[in-house]
Amino acid sequence: MTAGPRYEVIIGLEVHVELKTRTKLFCGCENRFGAPPNTLTCPVCLGLPGVLPVLNREAVAMAARAGLALGCTVREHSRFDRKQYFYPDLPKGYQISQYDHPLCEHGQLRLYDGQGQYRKTVRIRRIHLEEDAGKLNHLGERLSDATGSLVDLNRAGVPLIEIVSEPDLRSGEEARWYLNALRATLAYLDVSDLRMEEGSMRCDANISLRPLDFTGSLADLPRVEVKNLNSVRNVERAIEYEVRRQAAQLSQGLGIERETRGFDDASGRTYSQRSKEEAHDYRYFPEPDLPPLVLTTEQITAWRDSLPSLPDAVREDLTAAGIDPRTVEVVVQDPAAVAYLWAAAQDYGRAEAVANWMLADLARLLNAHRRSYRDCPVPPAELANLLRLIDRGTLSGRMAKEVLEVMFVKGVTAEAAVAQLGVSQISDVDHLRPVVEAVIAEQPKVVADWRAGKEKAIGFLVGQVMKRTAGQANPELVNRLLREVLARQAHPLP
Amino acid sequence: MEILDLGARALAEAVQSGALSATAVLEAYWAHIQATEPQVRAFLHLDVERARARALAIDQAPSHLRRTWPLAGVPVAVKDNIVTEGMPTTAGSRILEGWRSPYTATVVARLEAAGAVVLGKTNLDEFAMGSSTEYSAYHPTVNPWDPKRVPGGSSGGSAAAVAAGMAAVALGSDTGGSIRQPAAYCGVVGLKPTYGRVSRYGLIAFASSLDQIGPIARSVEDAALALGVLAGLDPKDATSVPEPVPDYVAAIDELPSAVRIGVPEEYFGEGIDPAVREVVSAALRRMEAQGATLVPIPMPHTAYAIAAYYLIAPAEASSNLARYDGIRFGFRAGAPDLVRLYEETRARGFGVEVKRRILLGTHVLSAGYYDAYYLQAQRVRTLIRGDFERAFQVVDVVATPTTPDLPFPLGSRSEDPLRMYLSDVFTVTANLAGLPAVSVPAGFVDGLPVGLQLIGPAFSEAELLRTARLVERVAPRMRWPWQQGREGAEAR
Repeated sequence: MTAGPRYEVIIGLEVHVELKTRTKLFCGCENRFGAPPNTLTCPVCLGLPGVLPVLNREAVAMAARAGLALGCTVREHSRFDRKQYFYPDLPKGYQISQYDHPLCEHGQLRLYDGQGQYRKTVRIRRIHLEEDAGKLNHLGERLSDATGSLVDLNRAGVPLIEIVSEPDLRSGEEARWYLNALRATLAYLDVSDLRMEEGSMRCDANISLRPLDFTGSLADLPRVEVKNLNSVRNVERAIEYEVRRQAAQLSQGLGIERETRGFDDASGRTYSQRSKEEAHDYRYFPEPDLPPLVLTTEQITAWRDSLPSLPDAVREDLTAAGIDPRTVEVVVQDPAAVAYLWAAAQDYGRAEAVANWMLADLARLLNAHRRSYRDCPVPPAELANLLRLIDRGTLSGRMAKEVLEVMFVKGVTAEAAVAQLGVSQISDVDHLRPVVEAVIAEQPKVVADWRAGKEKAIGFLVGQVMKRTAGQANPELVNRLLREVLARQAHPLP
Repeated sequence: MEILDLGARALAEAVQSGALSATAVLEAYWAHIQATEPQVRAFLHLDVERARARALAIDQAPSHLRRTWPLAGVPVAVKDNIVTEGMPTTAGSRILEGWRSPYTATVVARLEAAGAVVLGKTNLDEFAMGSSTEYSAYHPTVNPWDPKRVPGGSSGGSAAAVAAGMAAVALGSDTGGSIRQPAAYCGVVGLKPTYGRVSRYGLIAFASSLDQIGPIARSVEDAALALGVLAGLDPKDATSVPEPVPDYVAAIDELPSAVRIGVPEEYFGEGIDPAVREVVSAALRRMEAQGATLVPIPMPHTAYAIAAYYLIAPAEASSNLARYDGIRFGFRAGAPDLVRLYEETRARGFGVEVKRRILLGTHVLSAGYYDAYYLQAQRVRTLIRGDFERAFQVVDVVATPTTPDLPFPLGSRSEDPLRMYLSDVFTVTANLAGLPAVSVPAGFVDGLPVGLQLIGPAFSEAELLRTARLVERVAPRMRWPWQQGREGAEAR
């Protein structure tokens, strides 16, 4: 390639997020992941003849609150439409979605990098509410040699919001920041499980390269859509691959074809799925079975007023509490971690120490045991207790790590864990003094060496005391006591 | 008194009081059905055992309960595009042959809760698409007044069953006239309620924004009785309306004294059989003599109604019928891959008229055509609604012939879809505007019934039925087909 890029990367993301309502979007079936196939179904979500959809108000509230949290305008009048295509996982032959009157429009999201540095603001075009399709399980090793397919409609009718960004992103890295910021905001609202691996959050990326001399509308650029990316990492990888591929095409003087592509996790490559010629005509038209969705100004205001503290505000608070920006950037992603941090910090006093322990040791334990701050076996007050034990000298930092693990695994208090491990650091002067005196009495030669000016000899004496206390004495205290006793022996009190 | 000669209200009162048992009523009907059905062929499915069990349950119920059931022991028939648990539901299509719904439509549940005894499922044009019941995938139904002629459609089986005395009341569905046109052809009363008045939950959708379930009965009074049972908000149908349900039977007790009847000349002009026009005009003149005022009103957008209807209805139908794909229920053709499975299932499962409308509707909604067809048709719909709104500022009700013609001979139009479509010309406007409309027998031409249609403002069913009773009052007396040749028997 010649020096410098001759194009600009243009990326827009479409993110589907499953809402964790109690029931599905248009029927009373339970909305839950992991049940045996087709057990969470009824005539409505099976699309049987004669059924009608009834809108779930909880889903509307969740979608509207998501929109408000993302800075969107919530329409007082929106509408549902039918998006039509044939596929076995789509029971009615159409998906009830929102086409030209979406629930939310015109939002924005601020992006921060891993250093906690603000980078840019990405506009959100729209957020609409729609139903999910079911799932096909293909029999056989691969789709190409599948001997049959089984349809599971548990997921059919689960409420989704689709969040469509403007084409404001310029790299895979920015896409990662965007997804992190989006996920954090939605996590604070508690409207979704946000698990990309389980499909409760899914991402499609629209990627095009704009030649620097191209002055037309972005909509006219040939756009490649990479579908069904199942992790933030893969979104980034797919974009990076696709930018390289398209750049290579352009540098060879080849055009970019408008198409839909998939992403292969193993090879890290995208592959063609559907060309423009094969593109669907979805034949959208207004859903006649549902009246227009009308919301009052009061309702929308009430939702706005009840929004929780959101990541941008929390980020400021954490930074103001003296926490390192990189640490802030990790904690801010998880509202449960933030709540935990504030609870422990309030109890203990120093937020930064709490944050450091959370990020280093607690995070490791949570990961290893597949737990989260939501169900952390060590309550914030106990972490505060543990930190106080270190401050008092009862525990060394190294001991505290072991104590924390016991607290976590056995679900016990700091004191109980200390007792179980028998690792309490002996900081009791009355307890240590006789040991110190005994060691001095037993080692007249070493004492004499020290008195003769051999400073290193005191280290040996400390070691002896530690040995007798099975390593639990506070070494600093032992050192101080040794000098005190030796000094008194040299200059006995009258 | 013959049981068969009693109307639904009289039957219900007899069963409520214990003067008749539901079982006796049912057995009288069953004997008559066995004698009549082989000629008329109104039913796709009859289930006398289920009906007997229901009748017995009614007879064994405590009398204080039975007295509260407005349709106690009344034998009813249900159009076969309304789902019923425990009986097949085919919508008149091969694609649903053998399918049994795991749930029951709200209207059927309401009928049964009111003490009605469901006899079976009636024939219809496939997916309610047609005006003669000849597009049933199973068999045609004949007009009880003349077995060489069609009963109308698509609720032809329901209208024929009522006219032939095989059911006291029947359910129909009306998308562009499918209750009123067969009611007119069969000489019975057929009511299409206001859109949203009756739940559509369990009605196999044809065109969702137009479909409405309503009663077909021998008299206005029986239609009023049935509507009172059917009407009301259903939480399972988001388009049903929480409008209070008046006591329709009480509301029609008195005849209207000075009703203002709008007469749109657009409905009496070109294309109408002069004999039909004369029967309807004569009825209107007699109503005038009873104190009604006839007011000529303009309905300038009537001419566009059929065109708009045949864009909107097929568009919605093409979408509603997408679920018949052979994947989850109903007929499935064997095929080597998914696309062929879809193609073969739908090619063999659907009949010619259904395919015609799916093609039409798919085209109407296609990219590049949507604005010119679908949106334009919706604009016409708004204009037609406006025509009625203006009319109802000066009149209480609009009167028209229900159909431009008399029941036509079987087979005479099935090869000419456009001509078939035109027989809906007077009925589609009420669906497009969402208004209640009723067809009432107004007289006969050569022994063939003629219907007069009344259209009223939204949720004016009580007033509409009251005016319909006036039509009934002034219409010439008639004998039902099963009473022909019997001395002294008279329907009313």
